[in-house]
Amino acid sequence: MSRDTALVSADWAEKNLEAPGVVFVEVDEDTTAYDGGHIPGAVKIDWKKDLQDPVRRDFVNREQFSALLSERGIGNDDLVVLYGGNNNWFAAYAYWYFKLYGHEQVKLLDGGRKKWELDARPYSKDVPVRAKTSYSAKEPDLTIRAFRDEVVQAIGAKNLVDVRSPDEFAGRLLAPAHLPQEQSQRAGHIPTAINVPWSKAANEDGTFKSDDELAKIYGEAGLDGGKDTIAYCRIGERSSHTWFVLKELLGQQNVKNYDGSWTEYGSLIGVPIALGDQPGEA
Amino acid sequence: MTSPNVAAGCAAPDQSAPLPAGVDLEKETVITGIVNNVEGEPVGGAYVRLLDGSGEFTAEVVTSPEGVFRFFAAPGSWTLRALSRAGNGDLVVDATRGVNEVAISVVAA
Repeated sequence: MSRDTALVSADWAEKNLEAPGVVFVEVDEDTTAYDGGHIPGAVKIDWKKDLQDPVRRDFVNREQFSALLSERGIGNDDLVVLYGGNNNWFAAYAYWYFKLYGHEQVKLLDGGRKKWELDARPYSKDVPVRAKTSYSAKEPDLTIRAFRDEVVQAIGAKNLVDVRSPDEFAGRLLAPAHLPQEQSQRAGHIPTAINVPWSKAANEDGTFKSDDELAKIYGEAGLDGGKDTIAYCRIGERSSHTWFVLKELLGQQNVKNYDGSWTEYGSLIGVPIALGDQPGEA
Repeated sequence: MTSPNVAAGCAAPDQSAPLPAGVDLEKETVITGIVNNVEGEPVGGAYVRLLDGSGEFTAEVVTSPEGVFRFFAAPGSWTLRALSRAGNGDLVVDATRGVNEVAISVVAA
């Protein structure tokens, strides 16, 4: 994977709004953003309502994902271009789902909604009508999804990348500064994890930094290129952003997103936790 | 939720944006305010970034149609950086416990 296969620019997007076989999809936490104006022709996916199972604590399964995409009029052969707010956190999360369920052609719009807004590009309030499809998702690709037991075994053995803010990593906060402090029972981080906040990978307009800059950031932070990597955050959306950088932009092998993240790990009985700014001992 | 427009008068109220119930101003450090353009008009849809004392990114929010934003931070020095299609602007704020009200002006580059 590389920048050319995983990203499109805002310029490319604006030129291809009506290109056949290209579907723009806005994915957000706050879906009122879409309702107030979106990239012309884009359909909406609600991060919570559409992508999370309403009962079990898990995301939608293969059948639910197939039904969702069929209903939104997305076909197996379409090129899906994802974008959203929060510097593409939720769009990156959805990108990871599309990859997990084997969609062939999916890309992120570099800079997401923010770059689009700052460039003063056009919005539309029209909700497109797309003919239903019969989408067929593949079996989930679990080589990109980490579960809790694997994370515990990775302590001191694999790269663990905590992409939350330094205060969340150290255990001084349980959630980002603009969100309610909620969820896990304990604060801190997984021992031996390095802390590279997701924001290090992004420019202030929301676009990704260059490959050289990115390689330098993770190299200097102590990411060992010879080891497998697991990224995590609080609920798995910011770590999708970093998973995208490591796997899709820098082309590292064996990178997984731990979507259970700190809300799961920080509530498990008996697992080790490190406090403070240092990775800590295995 | 509606946000009062604090740009309307100098005698601004204590709270630019309504605070959620349960926020204890004895404990919280709230940085709130409005983004204006050079004409003094509020800029909705601006991206406001909260950078810590070392310039490191901490959080980002989008202003309401009335140009209002709000962060829950901690006492200390912060930089607010606003980005918008009307231009960009910066402001350094020394926040103390309670509500810290600010205004950021953006100008086209």
